Amino acid sequence: MARLHEMTALEIAASIGAREVSVEEVALYFLERIGRLDGSLRSFIRTVPERAVAAAVALDRRLAGEVSARRAGGLFGVPFAVKDNICTRGIPTTCASRILESFVPPYDATVVRRMYEAGLVLLGKTNMDEFAMGSSCENSAFFETRNPWNLETVPGGSSGGSAAAVAAGLVPFALGSDTGGSVRQPAALCGIVGLKPTYGAVSRYGLVAFASSLDQIGPLTRDVADCAAVMNVIAGHDEMDSTSAPLPSRDYSARLGADIRGIRVGVPREYMGEGAEPGVRSCVRDALGVLEDLGAVVEECALPHTEYALSAYYLIAPAEASSNLARYDGVRYGLREDAAEVHQMYERTRRRGFGPEVKRRIMLGTYALSSGYYDAYYLKALKVRTLVKRDFDIAFEKYDVLVGPTSPTVAFPIGSKTGDPVKMYLSDVFSVPVNLAGVPAISVPCGLHDGLPVGLQMIGRPFEEDFLLMVAHAYEQAAGTSRLRPRMVSEG
Amino acid sequence: MAISRDEVLHVARLARLELGEDEIEEYTRQLSRILEHIQKLQRLDTKDVPPTSHVLDLKNVLRADETRPGLSREEALSNAPDAVSGFFRVPKIRES
Repeated sequence: MARLHEMTALEIAASIGAREVSVEEVALYFLERIGRLDGSLRSFIRTVPERAVAAAVALDRRLAGEVSARRAGGLFGVPFAVKDNICTRGIPTTCASRILESFVPPYDATVVRRMYEAGLVLLGKTNMDEFAMGSSCENSAFFETRNPWNLETVPGGSSGGSAAAVAAGLVPFALGSDTGGSVRQPAALCGIVGLKPTYGAVSRYGLVAFASSLDQIGPLTRDVADCAAVMNVIAGHDEMDSTSAPLPSRDYSARLGADIRGIRVGVPREYMGEGAEPGVRSCVRDALGVLEDLGAVVEECALPHTEYALSAYYLIAPAEASSNLARYDGVRYGLREDAAEVHQMYERTRRRGFGPEVKRRIMLGTYALSSGYYDAYYLKALKVRTLVKRDFDIAFEKYDVLVGPTSPTVAFPIGSKTGDPVKMYLSDVFSVPVNLAGVPAISVPCGLHDGLPVGLQMIGRPFEEDFLLMVAHAYEQAAGTSRLRPRMVSEG
Repeated sequence: MAISRDEVLHVARLARLELGEDEIEEYTRQLSRILEHIQKLQRLDTKDVPPTSHVLDLKNVLRADETRPGLSREEALSNAPDAVSGFFRVPKIRES
């Protein structure tokens, strides 16, 4: 039997179902690995070993009472981790921020509840850029997370802790959130699979709000089949989220393994220009060759408003954030700085509780929404959002899937972009248009450049994740790129 | 498109953020640079383009007005920095 940290979540579940290993043994195995290796990676803000073992023991007892083995395709018994902006009842949920350092949610996010109900075991909460604002995990108020492929480079962000933990084999899979690329970009930089579902496909109930019209929770996994299996657990309508799409649940694994001969692939020329470094483009071109070998029809296409999408995003997301983060006022939860008068209390609490990037975005968003600038900035950005969305509508009339790089670069050195916000924001140039349009997109590994992983982004039509996963799976199986692992994994 | 020191102070006040002297200087410089980058949006003609604030075609989502279990008062107050007799307590409020 392969070592547990080299197995996929589905393989682990199958092994548990076949009684080859107990749920408790699996949980202890990964907890030991975290204890041994996370000192250098720092992907977890907190682990919950006692809870995890207690949950695992209870699941083993349930399994012992069952006559037949577990049905295939489920994830019963598999450990997982969640980004620390997803609420977990009784376990601190900090958003990697001083202002929420002591916050203990009195309820579970819907995705967490569904995980528990499906028999999965939570191991801990992962590091992130504070309030999910960042592309490198360097904006965590607590510590930086490192990339398991090279400890001197960033894991990407904002779900950098989730991505690093999965890539290093510290946990079989994790959940993150994606507002402008925060699942896909760290998945790309860490060499794993990351999906941003269609807006509305996964409940946001219990996800600490950043930019409500853009936020989506998504899986970070070792391969595409695991990604589909996680979607089967977390996706579906939830009346606790009024933006949850009222659609019947579906089987995201159903189309895996199907032939993709004849599908039409569009390659946006705006994604393959000078904006992406040559090593990234070369890996993406190799991937297009693999898709052609599989019988896909690959053509160049256009998303003409790509260059404007980033600017629109950096008005819309901060505007929504400035409004969402108004709730951190030192009254109902979180940090409070004492003052004699309430307004002074608000201002001092927020000064001490928020880090520099969060303040920067609150300032930018407040400015864009303020009287005199609303039309020129916020309203203008919303109109450009319409143009960005139309680009995708038009492209999807002709193409089934759009393919390009996830990130313009591979993982960059720690500290290399922190001095210049605009330089950091440019990391998101290929990922934010997807959030503005609300469409689903997946990042799958497509090779190495300078020894660091490159991510291939595939973008699909709204609510057609099953089709997108089918194409990503066909590519992954043909290319073999999901089997690339950092030394930290192969050396055990 | 430069943003002035006074505008930074005004925006900070709207956002209820106290800023240190170094932060005022830093945000004046950085916000100007970000706004300069964003300025390219003005090149696009959007005269007849409707705004998109939301991608889903959902209208108001309502449910029947029936009571259902929610957080208890203790749970709702469990994270409060200061609570007394079942209420959140705050410093005195006066016009500022």
